[in-house]
Amino acid sequence: MNPRPNAYVGAPIERVEDYRFLRGEGTYVADLARADSFHAVILRSPVAHGVIRRIDASEALGMLGVRAVITAAEIGERPKIPLRQTIIPEGEPYYQPVIATGHVRYVGEPIAVVVAQSAALAEDALEHIALEIDPLPVVAGTQAALADETLLFEASGTNKTVVFHARCGDADAAFATAPYVRRERFKIQRHTALPMEPRGLFAEWKDEAGQLIVWGAAKVPFFNRALLARMLGLDKAQVEMMEVDVGGGFGARGEFYPEDFLIPFAAFHVGGSVAWSEDRREHLIAMNHAREMEADVEIACASDGMVLGLRGNVDVDTGAYVRTNGFTPPRNVAQFMSGPYRVPNIHVSATVLVTNKTPAGTYRGPGRYESAFCFERLLDHAAADLGVDRAEIRRRNLVSEAEMPYPLAPMGHADNMTQTRCDGGAYAELMDNCLAAFGWEEKLALNGKLIDGRHHGIALGNYIEGGASGPSEAARMDLEADGSVSLYVGSSGLGQGVETILIQIAADALEIPMERLRIFHGSTTLVKQGYGSFHSRSTVMGGNAVVLAATALKDALRATAAARHGCAAEDVCVSDGLVHVPGRPALGFVAFGAERISVERDFFNTTLTYSYGAHAAHVAVDPKTGHVEVLDYLAVDDVGRVINPLTLHGQVIGALVQGLGSTFLEELRYDEDGQALTGSLADYLLPTASDFPHLRAHSLELRACPNNPLGVKGAGEGGLISVGGVIANAIAAAFPGLDLKPNQLPLSPERVWGLIAEAKASKKRAA
Amino acid sequence: MAVTLQVNGATRTLDVPPRMTLADALRTQLSLTGTHLGCEHGVCGACTVLVDGAAVRSCLMLTVQAEGSSVTTVEGLSLPEGLTPLQQSFKKHHALQCGFCTPGMITTAHALLTHEANADEARVREVISGNLCRCTGYVPIIEAILDARAAYGAGET
Repeated sequence: MNPRPNAYVGAPIERVEDYRFLRGEGTYVADLARADSFHAVILRSPVAHGVIRRIDASEALGMLGVRAVITAAEIGERPKIPLRQTIIPEGEPYYQPVIATGHVRYVGEPIAVVVAQSAALAEDALEHIALEIDPLPVVAGTQAALADETLLFEASGTNKTVVFHARCGDADAAFATAPYVRRERFKIQRHTALPMEPRGLFAEWKDEAGQLIVWGAAKVPFFNRALLARMLGLDKAQVEMMEVDVGGGFGARGEFYPEDFLIPFAAFHVGGSVAWSEDRREHLIAMNHAREMEADVEIACASDGMVLGLRGNVDVDTGAYVRTNGFTPPRNVAQFMSGPYRVPNIHVSATVLVTNKTPAGTYRGPGRYESAFCFERLLDHAAADLGVDRAEIRRRNLVSEAEMPYPLAPMGHADNMTQTRCDGGAYAELMDNCLAAFGWEEKLALNGKLIDGRHHGIALGNYIEGGASGPSEAARMDLEADGSVSLYVGSSGLGQGVETILIQIAADALEIPMERLRIFHGSTTLVKQGYGSFHSRSTVMGGNAVVLAATALKDALRATAAARHGCAAEDVCVSDGLVHVPGRPALGFVAFGAERISVERDFFNTTLTYSYGAHAAHVAVDPKTGHVEVLDYLAVDDVGRVINPLTLHGQVIGALVQGLGSTFLEELRYDEDGQALTGSLADYLLPTASDFPHLRAHSLELRACPNNPLGVKGAGEGGLISVGGVIANAIAAAFPGLDLKPNQLPLSPERVWGLIAEAKASKKRAA
Repeated sequence: MAVTLQVNGATRTLDVPPRMTLADALRTQLSLTGTHLGCEHGVCGACTVLVDGAAVRSCLMLTVQAEGSSVTTVEGLSLPEGLTPLQQSFKKHHALQCGFCTPGMITTAHALLTHEANADEARVREVISGNLCRCTGYVPIIEAILDARAAYGAGET
């Protein structure tokens, strides 16, 4: 009995990737260097802002095993790295050159590349490059940036790159007449995605073929290929990007960084293969940072807690340059500040400022984690001030199904999400489901109570998560001689399990066992045009492309069988992995294996998907130490149709712990001279196995996505979006007698202890 | 310098610079690339191997210090075909995503369960807290290791 058509989709299928990873047989980019390869290391700026007076590599060049030292002089005309998606012209004066000349603008900016027979020899030589930099005054944060006294880019005349505006209704009018208004400041600290595998590249120039091959592609190989080819003056066809196993992406890996030019250039320069692996200190100063911003926002409500308006500005510290996706977090923080809530009048701006720090980009849930922190805090303030229950104020303001598709506040700058709409969902029903599963009513009895020396607090929050960026994704299917099917996709693997997901979808669509499919992904040699994996798009875009390709393959099998047996194609049926021709025994795919059937299809999509969910948390705060224990955390979501509940659950719990890291632990610190102080994993605190053991996640399939054939929505980021707001609210709720304002992250023991002390002192003064 | 050691059961003599770490020697001299380098300063645990049965960070040990020792990497803990009960348990519980920290998790868990097949959840969490994972949130890793205890207790490993 064949259980089709839903044999795989929806089942907790164990991953096909796991076998090689568990046996130590994965192939990551650092595993590729050959005996004859050269190794590159990068000399980076030791100061935050200055003018390069001298680089003298003559001593280094004479050292053992050194093949080349590449500086701006060797590169000649230095290309700059543009925005990747929507080109917003205001960003252009702030683009990063692939290597520094003249000025350096952050600690970690590449100045020279040393190429030698081993990484150790290259590091030895790097120590012998004479570098003289005259220091300039440092713009250490957004306040200094706003003053415009010291400029990072003299020619631009300002440190303010662009201001994004999300606007709907008439916010000023709403605030002028609202019975209740509350304004607060919020601060989110600089931190980073920090995948466990540092970045690396392996590039080879094949002189006789005029071919450049770059291994280590991730996320957006097709864009990076086109850009690299243009920068090097090569034809796109001369450059191939090859994806190997990737040790985590989270938004930061796979964007075009300076090294994505420098290492291929080095291979070209020395006429061979060059391997580069950053060390962890480099990673902490070179890979995109994220999330540092300061918000000054206010909420307006009716006396029953209905939200009337949202207004304010967010100053975003984007670091020294506008990188490929540097404008995504600020545009998101403005547009998604209202989250899943109905806010009729909005004007939120995001001011993007350059400072002398490592440039920032996206990290999982970009702008959404930050904006949810601000808005959920404002909602709890409003609930307390107006005497409305915290669940009820949310229930009243969540967008209802009748209002779907619900438009989010349009953005002032034209991009593909200017007019985006929530696509559907049962927001309030899901929140109530979350509260019931969490035991909200029972736990309310503990809220604000002092038990065994610790204060208990509970809180909740809601979010939406965007996904499925267009414009398209490609899938190709080749029928092999043995009747198996090879699947080639433009989506890339970042460790998220894309191979398993897409094979599940393909196997169901073709009605064949998963074992008869092989998947190849992420490399530019496989499909004509792919876009890659970002913005939670691979299940939606890649998955639907696979469905289209499978349909085309079945059509091709029908046509081929019809021609062979002299019947009409519509009389041939392809089902259960067999080809049924009227009056003949059923044929396996292998009967057509010699026909070289190959089909390629693109799935086009312009509507984004919006997964949604609710989180609830129960914390205990020790007032003597400021330590916060998470006693229970529940994340409930609806991502439309679930392809694989096992991997989805893994995505949610994984994101949740990243969110808890952002909320409690992680911070990239700088001193007033712009010197990076967080140089190792002993300084940069990541969550460990003993920190957050009490986590739960449920995925409900309440509503399928109305906008694509599979009914799927992007997933994987939602697990962290609400965490900052929910935890901060739970901490505040633990002290009902004090005006505790946990409005700045991270909520380290030191900060929480200080908040409690400050609130107690202020209460005493008032009395 | 010539260093002689046992690696995954075979006697190997390597010619290495004195400053070469055990991790680099395993990866570059012996092509045992299952041992991963996540931080090279002993915090992340991705490079954990067994040295004479103890879990050791191979990025903090020089190759010359391993003279005469018996070193086991994730490759050495794997069967010629198929998965060990511990690896199978990781697969079942979806205790890995990108796979980069996984070899260190496997070697660390193997060392723990070999010595303490009855380790309770708190003990497993304590030991695994020395290995960083950025993908899974640790919940499934702990479940996988707890679930694999029976196989170690029964001597199936």
